[in-house]
Amino acid sequence: MTNRVLTGLLGLTIACVSFPGDVVGQSPVHSTIQRVQQRMVKVFGAGGIRRLHSYSTGFVVSPAGHVATVWSHVLDTEELTVVLADGRKVTAKVLNAEPQLDLAVLELQAEDLDLPSWNLEAESSDAGPGTRVLGFSNMFRVATGDEMVSVLHGVVAAKAPLATRRGAFETSYEGTAFIVDAVTNNPGAGGGVLTTRGGRLLGMIGKELRNAESNTWVNYAVPIAELKQPIQQIIAGQYKARQRDPEETEAKARFRPLEFGIVLVPDVLFRTPAFIDRVQPGSVAAGVGLRPDDLVLFVNGDLVQSCRVFKQRLGRIKSGGVLKLTVRRGDKLVPVELPVPEKPATPGDNK
Amino acid sequence: MRLLERQCHGLVWLCMAATMTLAVLPQTGWAVDPAVLAAEAKRIGVASRLAPSVVAIFSRGGQGGGSGVLISPDGYALTNFHVTRGAGTFMKCGLNNGQLYDAVIVGIDPTGDVALVKLLGRDDFPHAVLGDSDTLRVGDWTFAMGNPFLLATDFQPTVTYGIVSGVHRYQYPAGTILEYTDCIQVDTSINPGNSGGPLFSAAGQLVGINGRGSFEKRGRVNSGAGYAISINQIKLFMDHLRSGRVVDHATLGATVTTREDGAVVVDGILDDSEAFRRGLREGDEIVSFGKRPVRSVNQFKNILGIYPKGWKLPLVFRRDQSRTETLLRLRGLHRASELAGPSKPKPKPGRPGQPKRPARSKTPVAKPPEKYKHLHIKKSGFANYYFNQQEQNRTLAGMSRLGDFAGASGAWVLAGKTAAGETYQLTVAETGVGLSWKQKAYFQELKSAEPLDEPKGSGGLLYAMHMWRTFLAQRDKGFGEFYYLGSEPLDGVGDRVDVVISELGNVRCRWYFDRKEARLLGFDSQRQEDVDECEVRFSGDNQSSGRHWPRTILVRSAGKVLASFGVESVTIRAETAK
Repeated sequence: MTNRVLTGLLGLTIACVSFPGDVVGQSPVHSTIQRVQQRMVKVFGAGGIRRLHSYSTGFVVSPAGHVATVWSHVLDTEELTVVLADGRKVTAKVLNAEPQLDLAVLELQAEDLDLPSWNLEAESSDAGPGTRVLGFSNMFRVATGDEMVSVLHGVVAAKAPLATRRGAFETSYEGTAFIVDAVTNNPGAGGGVLTTRGGRLLGMIGKELRNAESNTWVNYAVPIAELKQPIQQIIAGQYKARQRDPEETEAKARFRPLEFGIVLVPDVLFRTPAFIDRVQPGSVAAGVGLRPDDLVLFVNGDLVQSCRVFKQRLGRIKSGGVLKLTVRRGDKLVPVELPVPEKPATPGDNK
Repeated sequence: MRLLERQCHGLVWLCMAATMTLAVLPQTGWAVDPAVLAAEAKRIGVASRLAPSVVAIFSRGGQGGGSGVLISPDGYALTNFHVTRGAGTFMKCGLNNGQLYDAVIVGIDPTGDVALVKLLGRDDFPHAVLGDSDTLRVGDWTFAMGNPFLLATDFQPTVTYGIVSGVHRYQYPAGTILEYTDCIQVDTSINPGNSGGPLFSAAGQLVGINGRGSFEKRGRVNSGAGYAISINQIKLFMDHLRSGRVVDHATLGATVTTREDGAVVVDGILDDSEAFRRGLREGDEIVSFGKRPVRSVNQFKNILGIYPKGWKLPLVFRRDQSRTETLLRLRGLHRASELAGPSKPKPKPGRPGQPKRPARSKTPVAKPPEKYKHLHIKKSGFANYYFNQQEQNRTLAGMSRLGDFAGASGAWVLAGKTAAGETYQLTVAETGVGLSWKQKAYFQELKSAEPLDEPKGSGGLLYAMHMWRTFLAQRDKGFGEFYYLGSEPLDGVGDRVDVVISELGNVRCRWYFDRKEARLLGFDSQRQEDVDECEVRFSGDNQSSGRHWPRTILVRSAGKVLASFGVESVTIRAETAK
């Protein structure tokens, strides 16, 4: 009770707290759902072959007709159609995208829309484990024609970084995400929203995410706090997409392959195998006999599936120790040990 | 000062805690709000009140099964067609009292995926109360109950709880004739074995029958999208199912598409359909159908999909500035062979599949229980003809009250005035039917001639009178086919009436009976397929030599009244060869 009074005192939104009144049949949840559904759209684009869905979801972020959605193959077409909550069909073009956040912003090709939209400026809710939430999306394309998107209910199970299991999950988003207990991330659900039961915007439902090792699926949403600024900047035309800049990531990392004299093949695929392209003459790598075309398989006993993972592993090794690599050369597995130079810790790398 | 500082600290700490756990329940000593406990107690109460009506269905061989729900004290229970298919005519049904009951198939709706079965051995079965699924709103809580994964070896149903995710959903056929129209989408967990089980509203009313889910790549387990057939659709089919028939859904005889401007327009129409005869053409805009506005193709399909074949529905369509309102009888969606044929699902990827029971091994179907053998009668077009006989007996029970018409041999001569004041005389004899009216004479010869449209535009009134006589005097013995159809609103808009079908040659009649008193209200006689019917409606009572005749006979066809014949005198005359 004290807490509730305090919540009021602090000026926090009452709607964020799941009140017991919410539990019983008659509740404001119906009007919440209606209000959110008015701000949702269905996106139809490329796909439709080989079980690739050709539809996804989006949410309206400006009355003039900007739609935030998930960045996916669906948008990879000239003929992008958006079906508004009222059933109107409008063509759209991709204004800009931020692949690292799995975010794209669409611009609807119509005048004087004046749509019900999310005011991102006013959306600053956060949630933790136990928060009761609603998920809105056009999963499985159940809602065809002018039908409203589907609504699911659930609870936030965790707010945690998605990237903790790199390699197991095929995701480009590596920040913090809301993990929910409801099956929100279904085909076509990406670009939908996760809200509190009071209808405050918490995040954008991400793509389908499967653990390649256990064949289990994770249901998550990218917090709106992460997306807010990029969306606003894209709309204002001021956004410069973040490049997945290896230099930038490596700058933060403690060690880079080049420090050992290793040059990897260009990282062009999602999982480019960690082949050594060149070995710098006179380097540590050359000293232990590493050669071009060696495939790095293990770093300190951990399996490495790609150039990216190799770089990440190097970034975390301790200074002053020994780096154990196992490479495949032809049919043989070759173990090598490289001395790691001493290096002072840099801020922000001690995760 | 120190104290204040400590208070400040506390406040800051509390602020932080509140900010970090924004939406977590107030943490006052882990005490649970009484309202939460009350809601929980209510939920538990509803679930335990409902559990006795939930049925675990097994094939008699004991392999595989599904779920169902009792809807009447005498044991009628709803389930999915895909649960009963292959389970044979007799099944075993478990209730939460731990008892196993024999059950027999009653009627099936392969298109709508519904089956009606009857549990045997009691007349006081616990049963669910049917709700109104149209009042469901997105966000409403629902209970799904049943036997997912066939876990309940003691027949105690599994309860799952979730919200309505969408209403009036249209789900395309999944490689079969089966389609889910106007259905309810829930995030309530629906898994294999839940099929045929009840979806209850939070208040505990039966609002749907769970039957499908969107599964796709996550294996055949719940993925947040389950579908239930709305109970309102099933209500429309209920008496049809009780008839023991294999029932069919309907088509308009026209297809529609969405125009650029969003209007739903006719893009194809059969020229032998009633819709065509009433003036519907390609390009016409559908305004409303079944009194519901049509704004999308799916809405049109949703409306059409919930009605049985043969119902009359009001249709409003627009061409340029002119608007037409008409009442149409819906055609059957399938041929009898399509309904009877195998409809094993071949789920297409990306489409919802059925949460079917686990595969059964091929063991021979167990023999029916000796005690209940008589409760199943095999007949083509019927799931169980026994129940049709029961319904015929019930519906025709009032006929004997009208008097002995079989004994009225000779010509029946009805005379009087029409509502417009014209005198007429109608003679219905065994060899022919004659009418003199408005200085004209009409005649239908019966021995050799085909049924005629006499008088012209009446839909064949004279032949219809012959059918009436046959029905009164001989009942089922006078026809080739004769069965109870189910119930429908009289003339599409009136009260629900029981319908009996008779067929003689190409002539098909629909006989309408009041449901309270089993009184014959009238009939429609159709000379052959795809022509306008002659609609005959009786009212009033006119006693003559121990027989009850109607006081007025209203005759209509193609939406127009021919005349209302007042019956002033009835005489039975010895028949003389003409």
